[in-house]
Amino acid sequence: MAQVLVQSLHKAFPDGTVAVHELDLAIGDGELFVMLGPSGCGKTTTLRIVAGLEQQTSGRIMIGDEDVSARRPSERDIAMVFQFYALYPHMTCRDNMAFPLRAAGRPEAEVKRAVDEAARMLQLEPYLDRRPTRLSGGEQQRVALGRAMVRSPKAFLMDEPLTNLDAELRADMRVEVKHLQERLGTTMLYVTHDQVEAMALGHRIAILNQGRLEQLGTPMEVYDRPATMFAARFIGSPPMNLIEAEVSDGVLTANGGLAIKAPDGLARGAKLVAGVRPERLAISEAGDGVRGRIVSREALGDENIYVVDSPAGQLHVRTPPTVRFPEEHIVTVAHQGAAPPVYDPETEKAVGR
Amino acid sequence: MAVRRFKPSTALEFVLLAIFIVAMLFPVVWMLETALKEQRDIFHVPAKVFHFHVTLQHFKDVFASGSSVASGFRNSIIVGALSTIIATGFGVPAAWAYSRFDIKAKQDQLFFILSTRFMPPIVVVIPIFLMYRDLNLVNSVVGLILLYSAFNLPFTIWMMKGFVDEVPGEYEDAAMLDGYSRFQAFWKVTMPLLIPGIAATAVFALIFSWNEFVFAIFLTSNSAARTAPPAIAALVGDAPIDWGLIAASAMVFVVPVLLFAFLVRKHLVAGVTLGAVRR
Repeated sequence: MAQVLVQSLHKAFPDGTVAVHELDLAIGDGELFVMLGPSGCGKTTTLRIVAGLEQQTSGRIMIGDEDVSARRPSERDIAMVFQFYALYPHMTCRDNMAFPLRAAGRPEAEVKRAVDEAARMLQLEPYLDRRPTRLSGGEQQRVALGRAMVRSPKAFLMDEPLTNLDAELRADMRVEVKHLQERLGTTMLYVTHDQVEAMALGHRIAILNQGRLEQLGTPMEVYDRPATMFAARFIGSPPMNLIEAEVSDGVLTANGGLAIKAPDGLARGAKLVAGVRPERLAISEAGDGVRGRIVSREALGDENIYVVDSPAGQLHVRTPPTVRFPEEHIVTVAHQGAAPPVYDPETEKAVGR
Repeated sequence: MAVRRFKPSTALEFVLLAIFIVAMLFPVVWMLETALKEQRDIFHVPAKVFHFHVTLQHFKDVFASGSSVASGFRNSIIVGALSTIIATGFGVPAAWAYSRFDIKAKQDQLFFILSTRFMPPIVVVIPIFLMYRDLNLVNSVVGLILLYSAFNLPFTIWMMKGFVDEVPGEYEDAAMLDGYSRFQAFWKVTMPLLIPGIAATAVFALIFSWNEFVFAIFLTSNSAARTAPPAIAALVGDAPIDWGLIAASAMVFVVPVLLFAFLVRKHLVAGVTLGAVRR
């Protein structure tokens, strides 16, 4: 177990594309740290550089107190779990899990003990003598977790490990990974493009975009106060409503008369973008707010998601299941609750507090 | 049980296939008969297709000591085996490197490698002869081995690159994190998965070396280095022409390749259907 430091990491490929821009991250000892972003944001490249599978253009990787920037992957004492599991197909699950220990030349009795223990923890005992191709995706990924565990490495690197599983299994495995990380207390660097996974798993989340850090924070910080409009669009499903509005007397007013409570310290008359979560909007038959037409309704059982076409833009509204309006109905949408985060449309960064 | 209904199209297919099979197999059958006939039956008019006296004398002659064909077979085995081993030994690591690493102007290099196969051998046989004469490699087994290795290497690299591409690089990444060096990861993890591909590629390389005629006839002058194809062809020059011996030699010539292809047929199919397997 150890902390992992990524210091001014820069990666440019020979064709000129820059995958990672002067990135700084500090992952604490025993932390489950998630790197989240769309494909091509540099999260996997960063992970591969930490692993030693790619060479950085400049910058430093520290694991524990050691600078491992120039070391080979095998000398970094880390384990990685891949999206496609990367189990060796010509070996049984037992041999797959024993592989790192045998490669390190440990005595066979110790290998057996470690594999048996990992298998018990992951409930893999019935599958140990099968080849990976005979297992389901979830079982294969558990074997891959087992292979990562047996060596008790300083850190786990997870490269979208659940992406290839179907939705139900993914939720189960999410719980399993979280539980495992808690039990082992190992530092884990977890890469995903799935914001739900990031929210559910991470102690902290780093949102990356085009090789730069957009925001770093706990799941709730990232959800409540996205630091940039990119982060606002990326976290949450349906995403945050980004509503253009003008500041006046403590209120942000959008087209059509939608009034949104303004945070303190905004210049009067400034044109800004308010980031309003769908659950912070309410629909009613009449009253204060902006009038609009319901263009879509998703009844999800535990909640309803409405899309309302209004002068303030297309608004996503999340309501309790008891709030029922038919499509094409004309309704009023109003903001409720505390002041939302507000963004400068030029810089796309949050302003005020 | 459903009764299979007679369809005219099926009958037509059957007839066409039958004609095709007869046309394809007739020369082979004729060669086999010639190899088994006595000299006077070979020249008998009208030809004796069914009622002839079977003899194995021609086959005995093929392997008689001092026969040019016997030494040809010996040379063919040495040249074929060694050139295949050399081409595979260099070609597989090269293919791995081309598949896995960022190499400057990779596409151009691969095209250049492939381009050596564009030319028919006859185009370069004179310059190679002149070079070999200066290097003292004319009429030498070593010369043929080097030449066939060089000709098989591009083919091996191209075919093996396809197989290596099929093996996900993550296996090697995982092995490297698990404590192996780059080369160990290739050797211990990727290599076992490449065996079918290597078998298929090696058989194709072997068949090329075994069948090669043009270089062999230009670069060898006597039985010291002459391989089987030119040795058999040289039999035509004798008078009277011993057709029985020629036919028997040709039949023996076919056997190793058939046998090899049969042994690795499963891998050959995997090789021919290259790229059809997706993860």
